[in-house]
Amino acid sequence: MATSTSSKPRLATVWLGGCAGCHMSLLDLDERIVDVLNLVDLVYSPIADIKHFPEGVDVTLVEGSVCNEENLHLARELRKKSKLVVAFGDCAVTGNVPMMRNRLKLEGIISAVYTEPFYREGPGPVPQPESGAIPALLPKVVPLHGVIPVDVFLPGCPPSPDRIWAAINAILSGGPIELPVEMRTFG
Amino acid sequence: MSVVTLTINDKLVSAPRTATLLDAIQDQGIDVPTLCHLKGLSERGGCRLCVVEVEGSPRLAASCVTPVAEGMVIRTHTEKIIKYRRQMIELLLAERNHVCAVCVQNGNCELQTLAAKLGVTSVRYDYICPDLPMDASHERFVMDHNRCVLCGRCNRVCDEVEGAHTLDMAGRGIHSKVIAGMNQPWGTSRSCTSCGKCVQVCPTGALFKKGSTAAEMKKQHDFLLWILDGREKKIWRWS
Repeated sequence: MATSTSSKPRLATVWLGGCAGCHMSLLDLDERIVDVLNLVDLVYSPIADIKHFPEGVDVTLVEGSVCNEENLHLARELRKKSKLVVAFGDCAVTGNVPMMRNRLKLEGIISAVYTEPFYREGPGPVPQPESGAIPALLPKVVPLHGVIPVDVFLPGCPPSPDRIWAAINAILSGGPIELPVEMRTFG
Repeated sequence: MSVVTLTINDKLVSAPRTATLLDAIQDQGIDVPTLCHLKGLSERGGCRLCVVEVEGSPRLAASCVTPVAEGMVIRTHTEKIIKYRRQMIELLLAERNHVCAVCVQNGNCELQTLAAKLGVTSVRYDYICPDLPMDASHERFVMDHNRCVLCGRCNRVCDEVEGAHTLDMAGRGIHSKVIAGMNQPWGTSRSCTSCGKCVQVCPTGALFKKGSTAAEMKKQHDFLLWILDGREKKIWRWS
């Protein structure tokens, strides 16, 4: 994991409003994940127990769209601390499934989960935002580039391990990041 | 057959006087993107993806609805056109709810394919996320307005090939909407023959077979030329 003395590029991966499928696909690199970890220092990730987004990150992969205040805060923080920000997967690139709630009234969304679930067994009253228990939802879900500048777009739901591999290799080799057409489709 | 001579991308070519610019361009093996165009149907000039630069004209011309003319000088892939085409795809993606991941047509969609091909990496516009309905009243097919790009292929095939004219377009601009019959639930339209031609020509997941789930719809256009060649030229293809 993170070593401050290493000269390897510092990689972070971040999980905003998404299903974790993009991170699952990252793990699906199988044995190539060892090669990735030999090439980089993983300094922040939902699959590593690191509490705060560190300074001086070279590349940050961001899964998920920006749905709530916490997502927004982390997006801005990671942008300040990262050289290269990659929108990692369709939710970050297009808004995708989380954005489907934009047609709904905001008020009903959390109460639908807490007090009026499909099976009528919700966990109870909606926690108030000031309690700090859950972050306040943003009025509209937006893709990552809706709130911060994004350097690279890696589409797919999730991006296949081969796409991820191609993108990581292109990024680490410092060359232009131009994926072939079949690796550029949404969905 | 009289012929005109024109210049396409610095190459002198000839084309029948009755041809459209798109015909002439495609005859040269040049790949110009199209969406509302479908061989066998009348031209609509709606999607504007096939626009080209015509020397001496300040406006871009939709090649599918522009007739060839003697001495025309055409460019099909200038930087400006490529930029506009990309922008048009982005506007289409922003206008309705094109959620590829959960779409019946994922992997077989013309809009999705064009976006990748034309290098659309993200959409710079705010997504409108309109609240649009689905019409599942037909016993065999579903109409999902969320995925519709208003190309009008369904309208044209229903009118021109099937002869039913069940489907048409209502509203203007961004409020346009494909309707069945007198703007009624599709399943209650008495003119619909349930032939399914509209479904097969639809470029996206806006029309699909009932019961299909994500990425299950594949569409086939070639029936259109089988029917038309048989009907008009008495050429029958049995394969």
